[in-house]
Amino acid sequence: MMDGSNTPRGKSVRNFSLNFGPQHPSAHGVLRMVLELDGEIVERADPHVGLLHRGTEKLMESRTYLQNIPYFDRLDYVAPMNQEHAFCLAIEKLTGAEVPRRGSLIRVLFSEIGRIQNHLLNVGSQGMDVGAMTPNVWAFEEREKLMIFYERACGARLHANYFRPGGVHQDLPQKLIEDIEAWTHNFPQVLDDMANLLTENRIFKQRNVDIGIVTEQMALDYAMTGVMLRSSGMAWDLRRAQPYECYDEFEFSVPVGKNGDCYDRYLMRMAEMRESIKIIQQAVVKLNECIGGDVMQRGKLSPPKRGEMKTSMEALIHHFKLYSEGFHVPAGEIYAAVEAPKGEFAVYLVADGSNRPYKVKIRAPGYAHLAAMDHMGTGHQLADIAALIGSMDVVFGEIDR
Amino acid sequence: MTEALDELKSLIELKQEDAVRRCEVANGELTVHIVTAAIPSFVEFLRVDPNCLFTQMMDVTGADYPERPKRFELIYHFLSMRHNMRIRVKADLVDGEIAPSITSIHPSANWFERETFDMYGIRFSGHPDLRRLLTDYGFTGHPLRKDFPTSGYLEMHYDETEKRCVYRPVSLVQEYRQFDFMSPWEGAEYILPGDEKVEAK
Repeated sequence: MMDGSNTPRGKSVRNFSLNFGPQHPSAHGVLRMVLELDGEIVERADPHVGLLHRGTEKLMESRTYLQNIPYFDRLDYVAPMNQEHAFCLAIEKLTGAEVPRRGSLIRVLFSEIGRIQNHLLNVGSQGMDVGAMTPNVWAFEEREKLMIFYERACGARLHANYFRPGGVHQDLPQKLIEDIEAWTHNFPQVLDDMANLLTENRIFKQRNVDIGIVTEQMALDYAMTGVMLRSSGMAWDLRRAQPYECYDEFEFSVPVGKNGDCYDRYLMRMAEMRESIKIIQQAVVKLNECIGGDVMQRGKLSPPKRGEMKTSMEALIHHFKLYSEGFHVPAGEIYAAVEAPKGEFAVYLVADGSNRPYKVKIRAPGYAHLAAMDHMGTGHQLADIAALIGSMDVVFGEIDR
Repeated sequence: MTEALDELKSLIELKQEDAVRRCEVANGELTVHIVTAAIPSFVEFLRVDPNCLFTQMMDVTGADYPERPKRFELIYHFLSMRHNMRIRVKADLVDGEIAPSITSIHPSANWFERETFDMYGIRFSGHPDLRRLLTDYGFTGHPLRKDFPTSGYLEMHYDETEKRCVYRPVSLVQEYRQFDFMSPWEGAEYILPGDEKVEAK
C-alpha cells in the first residue's frame, strides 16, 4: 500500500485504486467494486454490478405467467421459494385467487425453511469472510438437509418451481412433514455449536463489532429492509406489519439490533433462525390438523387432477390450454411484497389482460443495500469491506436480475 | 385499509392540487398520477407531511407504452412505516424528456434512477452519477423498451485468432421463437394461412 512514511520526500502521494472482484472470494459472486484507497482507508467504493445480468424482466415479458415462475428461483438462488412467493402473491391479488389453507401452510413452512437456508449460508460465509472456516462447513451440512426437504417436496434441490398461483404444486408426503419436524428438534444444537464458535470469538468480534453501523436515518434514506433495517433498532417485519399468507396466526418474535453493526446483524440472523424453527413447528402442527386438504385452488389457474384428465374431456382441454396458452390475468397493476430473508422482496406487475405480463419489475432487497455501499464503506478499512459485504447479505442473482 | 387510502387520497388531492393529475385506488393500492415537473416537491411533501411520512423510497422504475403520445411512465413506490401504507406515484414522459431526480431527497433513488436510465433511456436532471448500471460496458440501446428485441443486437464470443472476447451481431441459428397461444377465435389479430379468402368475401 501507499504509505506516506515510505515515500521519498517531494514525491506526491496519490490514492490507490483497487479492483475488488469480480473474482474475489469474499465478493459473494460477481461483484466488481472499484475502491479508491488512501492507505488502507476506503475513500470511495463504486460497485459495478450487472455482471450476472440475464435480462429476467425482459424475458418475462415474452413468456406466460407459469413459464415465468422458474425465473424467480434464479434470482436469489439461496432461498428460491421466497421469491416465487412474491410473484404468486402478485398474480393472486390480481386474479382474486384464494389459497386453500393447507397450501397456505405449506407456503409458510417452506418460506421459513428458505429463511433458514439463507441465514445459514450467510452466517457461514460472514464467518468465512473474516477467517473462520468451520462454521461454514457445518452450516452447509444443515443446508444440505434442507435442500433434501426441497427435493422431496418438489423434485429439485434449488430451482424449485413449487409455489404456484393459487397454492403449491403438490401436497407433501406425511413422512416428509414428520422428518421436517424431527429436524427442527436437532437443528438448535447445530446453531448452538455455530454460536459457540463465533459469538464470543475474539477475532470474529474484532472484525465485526462497530463495523458498518446502520443508523435509523440511514436505513430510511437508503431504503434498507430486512435484517439491515432491523439492526438499526426498528422493528419492521412485513410478516408482522402487513401480514400476507397466514402469518398473522403464527407466534414469533422479531429480533431487533441495538448498535446496527455487522456483529448485531450476525446475532439477529442467528435469532431469526430460532424464530423460524418456532414457525415451522407451529406450521407442522397446523398441517397435521388438515391432512388431506387441497393444496391448490382448483380452477383456471391450476391443472386438473390426473384422474380427472383420464375421464373428462374438459379437464384434458383445460390441461392443454393451461400449459400452452396459460391463464389470463385481468388488466391491472400490483405491488406485492414479501419479507424475504434478505429484506423486502417485491414484484411490481403490470398485466394487460393477456397471458403474459406487460411489465415486471423485481425489487430486490440486496440491490438497495449494495447501493448504500459507497455511503457505508467510506471511511472503513479495506479489510472491513469484506465483513461489510458479508453482513449485507448480497446475492448477485437478485441484484443483477 | 381502503378507508385509510381514500382518506389519504382526498388529502393529497386537496393539498397538492397543482401537482396531482388524478388519483385512483385499485386492488387496494393508491396510485397518484402527477405532473413530471412536480416530482421533487411532491416527493418531499410525501416524506415530511405528518399524514403521509413516506420516508422510504422502495422502488423506481419505468414502463414503456409505445402507442401513447407520452410514451414512458415513471413509477415510484413509497412506503410509510409510521402509517403502514404504501403509495405509487406515476408521471408521464415523452421520449427524450428529462425527469427531475429525487436523489437529494431519497439517496436510495440513486441506483434505481440509474437503472431506469439504463433500461428505458429516461434521463434525470440533477442526478450525481447517471451511468449505466446493469448492462455491459459500452452497451448501446435501452433493453426494456418494447422496440428492443429480446435477443439484443450484439453477442460476445471468444475469438480464437484474436485470443480475446469480441462482439459480433447476433446470429441465431433458428429464428427467435415468440409463441402466440392466443386461440384464433378469441380475438387473434392475424389471419391464419388459408383463411385469407374468407376475409376477402
